[in-house]
Amino acid sequence: MAFTTIVGAARALRDGSVTSVGLAEQVLQRTSMVEAQLHAYLTLDSDGLMEAAARADEELAAGSDRGPLHGIPIAVKDNMTTRHMETTAGSRILSGYVPPYDATAIRRLRDAGALIAGKTNLDEFAMGSSTENSAFGPTRNPWNTDRVPGGSSGGSAAAVAAGMALGGLGSDTGGSIRQPASLCGVVGAKPTYGAVSRYGLIAFASSLDQIGPIAHRVEDAALLLDAISGHDPLDSTSYPGGIEPSGARLGGGLDGVRVGVARRLGGADAVEPDVEAAFDRALAAMEGAGAVTLEVDLPSTEQGLSAYYLIAPAECSANLARFDGVRYGLRVDGATTEQMMSRSRADGFGPEVTRRVLLGTFALSAGYHEAFYGQAQKVRTLIREDFARAYRQCDVLVSPTSATTAFPLGDRTEDPLSMYVSDVFTIPSNLAGHPAISVPVGLDRHDLPIGFQVMAPALEEAVMFQVAAAVESLAGFDTTVPFDPSYGLRGGVR
Amino acid sequence: MTWEAVIGLETHVELSTASKMFCGCPARFDAEPNTNICPVCLGLPGALPVPNREAINRIMQIGLALNCSVTRRPVFHRKNYFYADLPKNYQISQFDLPVCVDGYLEVGGDHPGRIRIERVHQEEDTGKSTHRGGDGRISAAEYSLLDFNRSGVPLVEIVTRPDIRSAAQARAYAQELRLLVEALGVSDARLEEGSIRFDANVSVRAGPRAPLGTKVEIKNMNSFRSLERAVSYEIERQTARLSSGQRIVMETRHWDEEAGVTRGGRIKEGSSDYRYFPDPDLVPMELDRDWEDGMAALLPELPSVRRVRYEEMGIDAAQAANLVGAEAGLAQLFEDAVEAGAGAPQAANWATGEVVASLRKAGIPSVGGSSLTGSSLAELLGMIRQGTLSGSAAREVLAGVIAGEGSPAEVAAGRDLLQISDTGLLESVVDELIAANPDEFARLKDGERKLVGFFVGQVMRNTRGKADPKLAGTLITERAGL
Repeated sequence: MAFTTIVGAARALRDGSVTSVGLAEQVLQRTSMVEAQLHAYLTLDSDGLMEAAARADEELAAGSDRGPLHGIPIAVKDNMTTRHMETTAGSRILSGYVPPYDATAIRRLRDAGALIAGKTNLDEFAMGSSTENSAFGPTRNPWNTDRVPGGSSGGSAAAVAAGMALGGLGSDTGGSIRQPASLCGVVGAKPTYGAVSRYGLIAFASSLDQIGPIAHRVEDAALLLDAISGHDPLDSTSYPGGIEPSGARLGGGLDGVRVGVARRLGGADAVEPDVEAAFDRALAAMEGAGAVTLEVDLPSTEQGLSAYYLIAPAECSANLARFDGVRYGLRVDGATTEQMMSRSRADGFGPEVTRRVLLGTFALSAGYHEAFYGQAQKVRTLIREDFARAYRQCDVLVSPTSATTAFPLGDRTEDPLSMYVSDVFTIPSNLAGHPAISVPVGLDRHDLPIGFQVMAPALEEAVMFQVAAAVESLAGFDTTVPFDPSYGLRGGVR
Repeated sequence: MTWEAVIGLETHVELSTASKMFCGCPARFDAEPNTNICPVCLGLPGALPVPNREAINRIMQIGLALNCSVTRRPVFHRKNYFYADLPKNYQISQFDLPVCVDGYLEVGGDHPGRIRIERVHQEEDTGKSTHRGGDGRISAAEYSLLDFNRSGVPLVEIVTRPDIRSAAQARAYAQELRLLVEALGVSDARLEEGSIRFDANVSVRAGPRAPLGTKVEIKNMNSFRSLERAVSYEIERQTARLSSGQRIVMETRHWDEEAGVTRGGRIKEGSSDYRYFPDPDLVPMELDRDWEDGMAALLPELPSVRRVRYEEMGIDAAQAANLVGAEAGLAQLFEDAVEAGAGAPQAANWATGEVVASLRKAGIPSVGGSSLTGSSLAELLGMIRQGTLSGSAAREVLAGVIAGEGSPAEVAAGRDLLQISDTGLLESVVDELIAANPDEFARLKDGERKLVGFFVGQVMRNTRGKADPKLAGTLITERAGL
């Protein structure tokens, strides 16, 4: 039998019905069948995976058990540094770059016994919502290979959905874990800002970036998050105190839970009817299970998208300045140092990254700083206040994760703004620094997955996962992608 | 017309903390190139800065010593510009909320004044470029080498208000600031090694009430002397231009030590746009009252206070300034000698005079490296006072003590330098001389008093300098019946 959940595989590892080597073979075999269609991995470390699996088995046999992630193959977004393993951030400018150190999240995964199967595709430097901005070609959606997997963590979401790993790590700056999880029919969570160390995460927008888990089950996601979270002295912005384990209240149910319904979060309009219907069905089921719902309004979040597209580019314009061809990565020679830097950057960055660096540089320029960056920071404060008001009335907030299901490749690439609005439901949580999770609740008329978003106040991950687990159980959604061993995945591309 | 120079100084002080500003690498940059480096100070993808608490302690001490107030929530900003030895292509620095603001430094001596301090802020140093081929400048270089050992070393920038009015006063301020930093022990404070660097902003205007003139920034002064010369040159250059009706161009000029001139570089059009914004990788620090008080309690006696204390001990101002400005070991020697009973003015004269000369002669770089202590200096001075050593013999004894031959008494005995103050012994020497020089003695008796000197000289020669000259003089005049 094939294992898709971490909890299931962990149980089988301990009752002897499977070995870590068996799990590794399973994901490699599945990868060999679907990777040509999906292009989820940028680096697949088959040999490293098999060796690590054998070691994990030896450890377990010797009675040394590192916990629930021991021997479990995990796929990691390629913007987290991995020692001795190429890390590109999906960019030509880092093609061939091998970091000398592990990101803290990676080190913690390894310490917990998890196996790094490989590095997954992403929009270049995590800038995008479809994984089409990767310098190394797009990833496709395992539910329908004519569609995008979402982004920017599209590689991890597709890999987990298609069984090419039992869990994954993504990063979420404006929805980059939750939106692809939603489009690929899996669970994806963005923790509270500061819950997971950003050390070794190649920065896009430092005040918004967070690493988080992608998995088939809410409880799997909680396991992954608890393994990687906690204070890190190498990240000044990491939360110094203790946080209640994410999985602490998983069986807690919904009885008496106050659920704020943020249907128009971020000023969302044009929500697809099937998405809206699935959202309402899930809400009704929650009420049936004892949840108390009330409609809430967060008017300032309407400015969220605009604020986000000033703050994120501003921070990225400085964060990406280090890619200059001097010390590592792509170098295109020039007559002067300045020309070398400028040519390396021109050739190394794709059009979306270039656009955002230019936008950010402009937004921070003398004379415009206050009007753009300063205003955006004020909006951020207003959004936090909106959330604070809402949380005086309710324990969690819910919304659709994405207004639409997976869209066809190329559909939004010509018009950046149409791509930017993909994140309208997800951006407010990043601006507030709050946790949020996407849980799959059904399929639309094209058999494409629909995600349901649960948001919670800062550091209230346990409550968020409690509600998410209940939603998951009520929806009863089967996360297995349709797969015919002789035909492969559904869609036009094979 | 009387032109007035208006000068402000920006001083970079490299802190001598064990580790760098934002990572754990050693803050030493004299090692083999690119050995004290890590992902953070190399700006590798994914690396993050973590502030060095000890550096914050030290900048607070500097600020407090400069009478500044401490900002409760200072903020680190990113200063964005592209340069090959700046690994992130932004420098973590401070903008509108530096650690310390609004202080002053009193400058004494010949150019007294209170120089106001605008701000004291914390930043990180860059790496170091070496250009090879061509004339050593980047424009003509065949290739450049980069050493990142210095990248991330904590740097404190101290900015004055435009309160300085002359080149000499600029030098006096710089020297006083260096003394202060040295007294605090927060930096190696060595100009020649670049651990203190000065930039000067110079403008000239038509008298004290005229609006400020266009300012020019001058760089590349690596000694107090070159700072003074550069500022002086720049004042003359600007005055000459203005006097002949020409304009001053806002620019950065470099001091050419050999030619003794400042040379124009790039023209500044307004100020550069560094696109400062708060570094989102660093949370604002909370420098609360307790932290500040803790740092204030650590402040040592500051040079200005020490000078006053020395003057109150009976030393003149110039000598007090000498002592405070001297190597720390000499001042300590002085204080120990006084503690051991030596008179302050004499101890000060010897510490800054004979001791320095003897050490130099012996090739010993610092008093700490010799066997001379405050109590042995006091003993030596006591012997002079008691008349057991003549001045010249005392100098020889000092050399012996420095050479490790023992205590002053032991050296004086060992080298046979004790003064002959025994009247009986000296009388026989005097009588021998009178017998040997009857003509001179007769003239002395007739009132030719200057011959006392002749006889005392002879006594000193015959006793190889050991006779007490005063006593010899008395005996001779007695014999002559004068």
